[in-house]
Amino acid sequence: MRSDAPGHHHDWLDDDAGPVVRPYTMTGGRVEPSAGRFDLVAYVVAGPPYEDGDDDPQPPPEHRAIISLAQQPITVADLAADLNLPVGVVRVLLGDLLGNGRISMYDPPTSRQFPDDDILKAVVNGLRAL
Amino acid sequence: MDSGLSDQETGKRRIPLALKILIAGGFGVGKTTLVGAVSEIRPLQTEEVLTDAGAGTDDLYGVEGKQTTTVAMDFGRITINEDLQVYLFGTPGQDRFWFLWDELAFGALGAVVLADTRRLADCFPSVDYFERRGIPFVVGVNCFDGAKRFGVEAVRSALDLDPDVPVVLCDARNRQSGKVVLVALVEHVAARRAERVAAT
Ligand SMILES: Nc1nc2c(ncn2[C@@H]2O[C@H](COP(=O)(O)OP(=O)(O)OP(=O)(O)O)[C@@H](O)[C@H]2O)c(=O)[nH]1
Ligand SMILES: [Mg+2]
Repeated sequence: MRSDAPGHHHDWLDDDAGPVVRPYTMTGGRVEPSAGRFDLVAYVVAGPPYEDGDDDPQPPPEHRAIISLAQQPITVADLAADLNLPVGVVRVLLGDLLGNGRISMYDPPTSRQFPDDDILKAVVNGLRAL
Repeated sequence: MDSGLSDQETGKRRIPLALKILIAGGFGVGKTTLVGAVSEIRPLQTEEVLTDAGAGTDDLYGVEGKQTTTVAMDFGRITINEDLQVYLFGTPGQDRFWFLWDELAFGALGAVVLADTRRLADCFPSVDYFERRGIPFVVGVNCFDGAKRFGVEAVRSALDLDPDVPVVLCDARNRQSGKVVLVALVEHVAARRAERVAAT
């Protein structure tokens, strides 16, 4: 498989793998965001929504959609599910918006102490109360 | 945090905490069913660029020559309160999607490994994966109709689990039962924390 030319049949793909698609048209072919890889549960918070005549050229509709969904903090995974777009595409779009200063990103805490006991207790109680 | 906006622009909004829990296990073991039973489930499309793993990764042929495949993943959210959300990610059952796991596992609180006693070996790779990475997990034995009931201890020894790993019998279709499994996981995580603190 190593020697396969790009675009050749990949024999590990079958019907379960879903269609082979090119969803990256709307990212101009880019597959990596310009600013790192965003965690699935990183939160996105947008600045003010676009206003008409705000930008020249007009922002693409996907940018507008993200800005409007992220008026409240929303995770990368929720955005992708809401927009019905693959996560990788959303990441590239977020990279652009971050570059434009349109959004902030908040990564989940990574310390070994996290989450602390109080949080774990809250989760247990919350789950029980479901 | 990487902030593109000033505090003024974001209005100093409180950012909730998001905890990640993975639901793993073999093909058809009930992962999607479990996520759907305890949360509002939605499909999440992830995708991978089909480059040959290991072959000169950063080679420069154009992106237009690359293909991607979408892989649908289960995705569920449980709102604990305004500031605390639990996210469930059902990992793709097929072995060839292992490459998705590392990203999912990064920073995860823990995992539920679902097991079907008729095909217990199917969950070995998941158990192995979480053990190696020191990610806390519980085993949920999904009690399919017609499956012979095995005791929790029989499953534990068949899987060669550490004695502290909880094994819980469950019915993935049942919300209460699913909650019990998740609670067992979070309590297990808390117990491991306590041990680590005691050890230092
Ligand atoms: N009797 C019984 N059936 C179950 C249980 N859990 C799941 N099922 C059934 O088993 C089948 C497979 O369940 P899924 O939830 O799709 O399994 P999965 O792990 O998501 O499968 P893949 O994503 O294909 O790996 C479905 O028809 C479920 O209705 C259970 O606890 N008891
Ligand atoms: Mg499934």
